[in-house]
Amino acid sequence: MTGETCHLFEVGHRACGGCAAALVARTILDAAGKNTIVVSSTGCMEVFSTPYPETAWNVPWIHSLFENNSAVASGIVASLKKQGRKEKVIAIGGDGATFDIGMLCISGAFERGHDFLYICYDNEAYMNTGIQRSGATPYDASTTTSPAGKCSMGNRRPKKDLPMILAAHGAPYVATASVAYLPDLKKKVEKGLQTEGPCYIQVHAPCCTGWGFEGEKTMNIGKLAIETGLWVNYEMEDGKVTRAKKVVRKPVEAYLKEQRRFRHLFKPSRNEAEIAKIQAIADWNAEKFGIDIKLKK
Amino acid sequence: MALGLGCSAKPGKAKENRTGSWRTFRPEFMHEKCTKCGMCTQVCPEGCIGEDDLGFPVPDYDYCKGCGLCVEECPSQAIEMKKEEK
Repeated sequence: MTGETCHLFEVGHRACGGCAAALVARTILDAAGKNTIVVSSTGCMEVFSTPYPETAWNVPWIHSLFENNSAVASGIVASLKKQGRKEKVIAIGGDGATFDIGMLCISGAFERGHDFLYICYDNEAYMNTGIQRSGATPYDASTTTSPAGKCSMGNRRPKKDLPMILAAHGAPYVATASVAYLPDLKKKVEKGLQTEGPCYIQVHAPCCTGWGFEGEKTMNIGKLAIETGLWVNYEMEDGKVTRAKKVVRKPVEAYLKEQRRFRHLFKPSRNEAEIAKIQAIADWNAEKFGIDIKLKK
Repeated sequence: MALGLGCSAKPGKAKENRTGSWRTFRPEFMHEKCTKCGMCTQVCPEGCIGEDDLGFPVPDYDYCKGCGLCVEECPSQAIEMKKEEK
């Protein structure tokens, strides 16, 4: 047949149409190659890629619990070292497994300095179990456990700054990436694998089901997050920010109004005060990373 | 069903699951407008867009879920969504 495809992440997985996490999985494996061992904690990616007895992975893959994928990865790294083998180890977790439940084991693995790459696909809530808020859920997003209504405007707490927390562990390479810029993600995965020691990459993965937008808009939403300054693509080497993607920033509402989880900010009436607070988060990001491009008048 | 050691599964066995049946709209590729830039191949979450002998993109309709991401991202508007007829 013409049109034959060949990927280490196989077709036939059960992700929603337009799923960013599926795209992340495929891009990671394209970058890493076949000499890779993947550890996945429970989450969307684990569930849609491996309903027993099916698996979409063409590399050795092991399912861990929500909380212990970096501990499992540590064990694999130690065993490979003892055997003198050169396979690369990647641990993949969703934001729930990374920001909340797996925090303890990630911190331990980074402290011990195992040579592995941790990748978090960040869809900003527990999507697999039905959109409950996590430590990665942004301010004012409506989820099933932080519903917007008469008494609440959605999630009251800002997103946890995990890349900085892991950089503070002394990680040699920490980066953020977005599914909207796949070649950039690929480069970062390659760099993370080449760098010795525990490395961390956090990938912004818009979720059409959980955030409430059409599947074909996945890339657009990812781009808008970057263009508004609510997500910054940057790299940190040895604790210093060495690169950040610069943009001509748009107002945050361009990003917010496209998604059902922020609908309450615009209906029944526009909530200027809350939109201003979110704009302040974007302004702070822009100042912190210096991402604004100054246009010549 | 007999379980493998450690509940292991054969690599890539998901290929037996033909997700093309999920589709309500199908992308139609118009090769006369195509510049072979490879964007559709890159953004397809299924990874089910391959190439024909001339280098034009060809989707595998056995797996395409019809999400429309390729249509949205194609810089030459060379892909169109059409209602699926079964």
